[in-house]
Amino acid sequence: MALSVPAIMKTTAARLSALYLLLFALCAVLLVFYMTSLSARMLTAQTQETINDEVLGLARAYQRGGLPVLVRVVENRSRQPGANLYLIADANGQILTGNVQSLEPGVIDTEGWTTEPFSYRRFGEGELDRLRSGTSDQTPPPSTGENTVQAEGEKGHNAIALVLRLPNQMIMLVGRDLGEPERFRAVIRRALTLALGMMGLGGLLIWFFVGRAALKRIDSVSEASRRIMGGDLSGRLPVTGAGDEFDRLSENLNSMLARIATLNEGLKQVSDNIAHDLKTPLTRLRNRAEATLSGKHKPADYRQALEGTIAESDQLIKTFNAILMISRLEAGYSSEHTNRVDLAAAVRDVAELYEPVAEEAGVSLEAEVDGAFIVDGNRELIGQALSNIVDNAIKYSTDSTSKPAVRVTLERTHGEIRLCVADNGQGIPDDADRARATERFVRLEKSRSQPGSGLGLSLAKAVMTFHYGRLDLLPGNPGLSVVMSFPAREDH
Amino acid sequence: MQMSATQPSSEIAYNGPMKILVIEDDREAADYLQKAFAEAGHTAHVAGDGETGFALADAGDYDVMVIDRMMPRRDGLSVIAGLRSRGNTTPVLILSALGEVDDRVTGLRAGGDDYLTKPYAFSELLARVEVLNRRASAKEAETVYRVGDLELDRLSHSVRRAAREITLQPREFRLLEYLMRHAGQVVTRTMLLENVWDYHFDPQTNVIDVHVSRLRGKIEKGFDKPILHTVRGAGYMLKGG
Repeated sequence: MALSVPAIMKTTAARLSALYLLLFALCAVLLVFYMTSLSARMLTAQTQETINDEVLGLARAYQRGGLPVLVRVVENRSRQPGANLYLIADANGQILTGNVQSLEPGVIDTEGWTTEPFSYRRFGEGELDRLRSGTSDQTPPPSTGENTVQAEGEKGHNAIALVLRLPNQMIMLVGRDLGEPERFRAVIRRALTLALGMMGLGGLLIWFFVGRAALKRIDSVSEASRRIMGGDLSGRLPVTGAGDEFDRLSENLNSMLARIATLNEGLKQVSDNIAHDLKTPLTRLRNRAEATLSGKHKPADYRQALEGTIAESDQLIKTFNAILMISRLEAGYSSEHTNRVDLAAAVRDVAELYEPVAEEAGVSLEAEVDGAFIVDGNRELIGQALSNIVDNAIKYSTDSTSKPAVRVTLERTHGEIRLCVADNGQGIPDDADRARATERFVRLEKSRSQPGSGLGLSLAKAVMTFHYGRLDLLPGNPGLSVVMSFPAREDH
Repeated sequence: MQMSATQPSSEIAYNGPMKILVIEDDREAADYLQKAFAEAGHTAHVAGDGETGFALADAGDYDVMVIDRMMPRRDGLSVIAGLRSRGNTTPVLILSALGEVDDRVTGLRAGGDDYLTKPYAFSELLARVEVLNRRASAKEAETVYRVGDLELDRLSHSVRRAAREITLQPREFRLLEYLMRHAGQVVTRTMLLENVWDYHFDPQTNVIDVHVSRLRGKIEKGFDKPILHTVRGAGYMLKGG
């Protein structure tokens, strides 16, 4: 991956990783701060409680034996190792006894809890006795040389304390070192640094493995689409089979490509067919006019030629209209004009329309429909499609070996309404031929002798596509069954 | 289905000469229509665009107007809507290159009375214009139609010729009713399909011819005088006497 930093940031994966990382880090920091302050408060409260207990004990000692006992107890306790601080000073602030060598100035001036942690120096354990003997000595900070050295050996600590004024104006301080909570804070800080570091590493790993993998897939998709745009319409996007979003995307794009290819193919075929089916009669038309103009003819001949010309152009117009209509229907003709259509009524109408024609051709046309079969559609289009099919059926049933008959039936099967037009003619025995029969301009060999544009069934098929239905050609026994399947309305 | 404009029109009886307004932007087509209407015995005025056409229609007293749908300056539907809003009820036939069901519906909704898709046969246009002629459409209200010795009662659904009862199927009755309403006028096959069957497509086989010949069998069999005539290249006409 020889990507420069800005290029890396251009990928969605990297941007997302960075964003996630930032958000997580922010959350972690907030959480840790909240927890630290909460526990610090708790520790302080605990410390204060300890001090209170201590004060209570001292108060009891004082009650028992007054100041001397108190001083003795304080001295005793000062000698024990621990975080507790004791100090008794006179009214002027001179330290009389305790384990504190020096304090921040002003700490013992006010009674009650110290508002903020203060720094202090503590005696080494061995020095306490000497301190007691020299209580009347100068005790302010720069004390005896030994003490100072000793004190400097220890660091200045932080503590909180309760300052009390004894009845004889002496001052007593009971405190506790804050070393423990501070150690705790340091631990949290270390943990936080470590956590942030690990999250950063994790983000990078996620980007590297997940993001880059996604990036690669997207790159392969855009690579494939570039190839397809380059003209290779048969190309398809890669599908890994993982069934994930990328596969779904590729599959959808692939079906879109397939649809485009079909439309493209259809367009090409139609233009070829139009070229053939319109050029042929146009040429005939032109030749006829040319032939009439050259040489001498009787007026009646001209008349006949002109009538022929008109008949020929009428046929051309019909073909042209049919092509136009099929294209419009297949291109998703506006469905503004669909409403409830009763297929039974449509069947009765068309059967009634064709009945005299059938009778004249010696074909018995039966329409067995009872009740109403309502679909959403366009009566005009359905009528046209059905009349094309019935027209064909009548024409092709005449070569039947028995009495020619056409039967139109309607039935409701699961979710569909099937309108079937069955004849008992020769049918289309070949499966491939049957499949081809609905294609535009396809006129099977034996139908070439029959008049027609070769668009009747294609139009019917387009009408069925428009109605979200199907047109199926099934082998009859004998003959051919043309089935128009409409999706049934929801309320049925 | 085609009838040349040069064909002698004496064969076709019409309800007197009509005054027709043609609003059509294609000069050549308009001239052809003017000439063809004149040969059929009518007077046609031509307007080359929607605005001029609207002014002419508003000022003149025409029997029928033929209006092209797509024109410069003002389209046909807007002209019709404008005329209708000014109380002009002259029958209008819309000519259009748009032939889908929806287009027809919008055309008729805008106030048109009939709709013909280009390219069309002049015989078809002429027949439709003659049927639209407002002076001929008074028959709508009549309950009994009479043509020669043929009589159709629209209320009792009975048909008799020279006092002899003729039994017709419902559709045959409607077919005869339409032909009798427009007796003396040419009625084309597409007009019959539209008005009797309410379908606007072009059937592959001439189904209408078979229906008409059946009807003819019923109303002419046993009578020596033909009454339902075939007009070559155009359609049918019911004419007595």
